Amino acid sequence: MSKNTLYDKVWGAHVVGTLPTGQIQIFVGRHLMHEVTSPQAFEMLRDRKLKAVHPELTTAVVDHVIPTDILARPFKDVQAEVMTAELEKNVKECNIEYCGAGNSQGVCHVTFPEQGIIWPGQLVVCGDSHTCTYGAFGALAFGIGTTQVSHVLATQTMAMDKLKVRRINVTGKLAKGVTAKDVALHIIRKLGVKGGVGYAYEFGGEVVNKMSMEERMTLCNLAVEGGARSGYVNPDQITFDYLKGKKKAPKEDFEKAVAYWKSVASSSDAEFDDVVEMNVSSLESMVTWGVNPEQGIGVGESVPSLEKFSGKEKEEAEDALKYMGLEGGKNIAGTKVDVVFIGSCTNGRLSDLKAAAEVLKGKKVSVRTLVVPGSELVKKEAEVLGLDKIFKEAGAEWRFAGCSMCLAMNPDKLVGSQRSASTSNRNFKGRQGSPTGRTHLMSPYTAAATAIEGKIADPRKYL
Amino acid sequence: MSANDSVIEKVTGRAIPKPANDQNTDDIMPARFMKEITFANMGKYAYFDERVKEGKEVAEHPFNDPSYKGANILVAGANYGCGSSREHAPQALYRFGLRVIIAESFAEIFAGNCASLGIVGVTIPAGEIATLVESVKKNPNTAVIVDLKEKKVKYAGKEISCELLEGRRQSFLNGTWDALTILQMNKSGIKKVEQKLEYLKFK
Repeated sequence: MSKNTLYDKVWGAHVVGTLPTGQIQIFVGRHLMHEVTSPQAFEMLRDRKLKAVHPELTTAVVDHVIPTDILARPFKDVQAEVMTAELEKNVKECNIEYCGAGNSQGVCHVTFPEQGIIWPGQLVVCGDSHTCTYGAFGALAFGIGTTQVSHVLATQTMAMDKLKVRRINVTGKLAKGVTAKDVALHIIRKLGVKGGVGYAYEFGGEVVNKMSMEERMTLCNLAVEGGARSGYVNPDQITFDYLKGKKKAPKEDFEKAVAYWKSVASSSDAEFDDVVEMNVSSLESMVTWGVNPEQGIGVGESVPSLEKFSGKEKEEAEDALKYMGLEGGKNIAGTKVDVVFIGSCTNGRLSDLKAAAEVLKGKKVSVRTLVVPGSELVKKEAEVLGLDKIFKEAGAEWRFAGCSMCLAMNPDKLVGSQRSASTSNRNFKGRQGSPTGRTHLMSPYTAAATAIEGKIADPRKYL
Repeated sequence: MSANDSVIEKVTGRAIPKPANDQNTDDIMPARFMKEITFANMGKYAYFDERVKEGKEVAEHPFNDPSYKGANILVAGANYGCGSSREHAPQALYRFGLRVIIAESFAEIFAGNCASLGIVGVTIPAGEIATLVESVKKNPNTAVIVDLKEKKVKYAGKEISCELLEGRRQSFLNGTWDALTILQMNKSGIKKVEQKLEYLKFK
């Protein structure tokens, strides 16, 4: 059993007690919500004549359904308008802070951190699986379901069982153009999409220590794709420097806060349920070939042949190859794509857009390319740097902030069996809005290089 | 509904075999159908993109196959319900008529969502999943019993031990799987943690 890890400390600080069932009742220090998974929770509250007990610990945003071309209300899409209006009604009724258009709107996991809402040592929940992103700050962050959202609204607590903790030491030195996204896809390839079930992942080692906060967010964002409900990095000077001066970060108590934040990091005598070592010095840019994030390879590798698999895995690989329209044994580089999507809670931050712009500067895209900033602030900062001009001159679309084509609950969708190169997090069948659409996950560098060539490309020659 | 009405000790019924590994919540509930503010209609969208291709119903899909009509138990593979946290997925399965999922393993968030809807999720080893699937395919009328008191799955004269988190098992046995009532009991305990948490006071 783990001991003295950040997980143990933060979990311990939030335990209310043991419920009659034996489950743990846990206090929630930060509750975040969006329009898709919250309306039914407010309805449950109304049905039971209950109130939100801690609206001041709750913040809401609209991101999944928001269009990224025209923001004028009412939205053209009636369902999107109804969902947004419902959220606006609910937050008003409960006095919950709301990030709507013009007020720090953006993808929840991009906008909340950049406003300084997320701190080390918090226990954070949100009705969204990628809530694990906040682990980048040394917060303990989990995705929850809608019924649980109603529990948190009504009691500021929920019933949970403790996870085991796996330390993943990422060592070596990343080659040029190899990013946190590639490291995450590599970890998932090695440990599998179910490898993390029952675990929280503690990411550490020299490579993670050197990562910026935005890179750590990308890494932790993908913990859930490896089956881990939560993933985190111990807070350090990089974390504190990032938070200093942020709109909602502690101000007069900043030094006190830093001392507290330092205290929640895993101790030197921490014990883990499992430790995994990974040297990434020889890692190249990763691209997925299949229909789950574990089915990934280096951009210089060939799509695996069926002979490499046996039993149920062989059936799965066969099904994935058929769906993706790929042939085992052929190089993944050179595969023609129809659309490139750069954005999402995985890779929609300023550093991601800078990376894409570095590749696209002075070049032309040869397929439809959507560049979608993760938040209004990212958009503004990118425009100050002139990145929007680089994208537009390259022939890409520069859009408003939102989840966009990551899951296509808005007008940004694949059509028919279009093939996409995407910086998002899920290459599931149908994920990008068409039941037969095909997705290759990759980093912003790789996606930008792919946009230029119209086929999956190694970004190194552009860097 | 009183806790007594919510007690789940045993579920008996017929099963739908769907044993693939890593079935994700986008498979179960494609995102484009979630643009509604209630769960009321979700049942008809369960596995929609697998069940309907190019506007036509896929006859051999287990959710379309009339031999499994009325079944209340789903038999799945490993890591069932991975991906998005959307409760729309278990809501769809519930509204489709399912009350139990027997799998090799579950994704964490999905398992929690099932529990809070009163869907019983139990795990049995891969080999046992395969045998159960074979049996149900051969005879879709096979009566399957999931007994939470004994922690057993019973069918065709067989009895297999199954697993689930003990707290979850207790919540079914005492009817508190929708944890709201028990979460409201310890108000002073909640207050105590709130007051103790240093960071809530940082300015």
